[in-house]
Amino acid sequence: MIEVEGLRKAFGGRPVLDGVDLHVPRGRMLALLGPNGAGKTTAVRIMATLLRPDGGDVRIGGHDVIRDAARVRRVIGLTGQQVALDAVLTGHENLVMMGRLFGLGTKAARRRAGELLERFDLTEAASRPVKTYSGGMKRRLDLSISLVTSPPVLFLDEPTTGLDPRGRSEVWDVVRGLLADGTSILLTTQYLDEADQLADRVAVISDGRIVAEGTADELKQAVGSERLELAFAGPEVVRRAQRVVDGVAAGRGISVPVEGAKDIKQVLDRLDEAAIDVAGIALAKPTLDDVFLTLTGGLR
Amino acid sequence: MIATDSLVLSGRTVRHILRNPDQAMTAVFLPVALMLMFRFVFGGAIDTGSTSYIDYVVAGIIAISITFNSTATVVGVAQDMTEGVVERFRSMPMSAVAVLTGHVAGAVARNLLSMLVMIAVGLGIGFRPVAGVLGWLAALGILLLFMIAISWLAAILGLLAKSVEGAGGLGMVLVFVPYLSSAFVPPETMVNGLRQFCEHQPVTPVVDSVRALLLDLPVGSSAWLALAWWAGILAVTAPMAGVLFRRRTRR
Repeated sequence: MIEVEGLRKAFGGRPVLDGVDLHVPRGRMLALLGPNGAGKTTAVRIMATLLRPDGGDVRIGGHDVIRDAARVRRVIGLTGQQVALDAVLTGHENLVMMGRLFGLGTKAARRRAGELLERFDLTEAASRPVKTYSGGMKRRLDLSISLVTSPPVLFLDEPTTGLDPRGRSEVWDVVRGLLADGTSILLTTQYLDEADQLADRVAVISDGRIVAEGTADELKQAVGSERLELAFAGPEVVRRAQRVVDGVAAGRGISVPVEGAKDIKQVLDRLDEAAIDVAGIALAKPTLDDVFLTLTGGLR
Repeated sequence: MIATDSLVLSGRTVRHILRNPDQAMTAVFLPVALMLMFRFVFGGAIDTGSTSYIDYVVAGIIAISITFNSTATVVGVAQDMTEGVVERFRSMPMSAVAVLTGHVAGAVARNLLSMLVMIAVGLGIGFRPVAGVLGWLAALGILLLFMIAISWLAAILGLLAKSVEGAGGLGMVLVFVPYLSSAFVPPETMVNGLRQFCEHQPVTPVVDSVRALLLDLPVGSSAWLALAWWAGILAVTAPMAGVLFRRRTRR
């Protein structure tokens, strides 16, 4: 449903997207994973007809985003990084207004608003102004608006940015439901665990290029499910430690991918055998930096 | 399609007015307070010849209130441009420029409301219009054109503003220009230079013609001048707002 080939876009001579290929079959979800400034939002804005590409071929639901922008707009839903809601209006009014703007009659728009509010568990809050909503509720309402016309293709640009863990899991539940309904989804995120939770496939984008693509498991195997962060007294010790353990050095520390307690013990044993003192230990989830450092061979 | 979209979005602006106490304040209480102040505080010191001061000043206050209200349009447009809602509209099978027409239509509704209240209060404190139906309709027509053109001008300022706070400042331009007109004081009493500016700036024929029409005085060329000025301004501002909107959203 989403076919992107060789997509290029530059702003003021600086390439932001430099030959990006993406494919999302019907009913599947691809997570586009990358840090701020990697080009995720630019890619989404081009796919959603908001921005013209400089080069490449972008087809959504079989329609070209430049020649057939109007057709593309009929098959997509977009939830941007910022919620696109009217804070003064109630949840119900927001949905009805958007339904009308999508071309529904007043009655149909009201009926659809009622359905969506119920589905997104917002019926109780329906007649309250949106400014009284929690972050998670706003996101859910925002998502529901992009679903007014049940579009077969959905773009979710960092849909959980700024949400607390509870808000995130609320949004995740909704997204899983959509996937079960056969919607094709492209999601952008900065969080590896979000991609892992939701997507069939993950494409890692860095400086406008796709640097890795695969299932979440494939990526995680490369990175390890957890990182052991070791701190040492100084750079000399770090260099010695690097000869013993297999990790990425950063400043006075080394970050080692580990899988469970056995791995941790093994790493510490090796350092002990080499008589290297460890100044500090912490266990962390792999960050995007770890993914990049591992996937791009420490080039960043 | 743009007509339906504009209608839906002007409904949104109207809801904003009704639910936002600040906006209602600006739209209704401020012009009324201004009218009371000029009638009872300054009015006695201003010589308007054979016309009573309240009769003289109502047309001026209406014109001022229209430019005053337009600051809400400047801020509203700026707000929409900095928030995500316009992005969404552009990704939808609708006419995104309807955001602007919606704001303009909403502004007209707001102005009509504040005008109604002002005239009612004016009647209560001695305003005695003697116009017939035609006179009222002609005055209303001129004011409608004025409101619409000013609202597009306000939309342009909203599109030019870099932030919502900045938009509030830009809007003040629209608020102060009409003070330098025949709205409160006959320009004949002013010093040379200022007097010429006040006599020839576009708000003056609006005020003069509406005042003359409502009081059944000789209208002279003021009505045609008002129509020519503001139809001309509208013919420039509305398309220009569309161009600015497209430029701003296609980054």
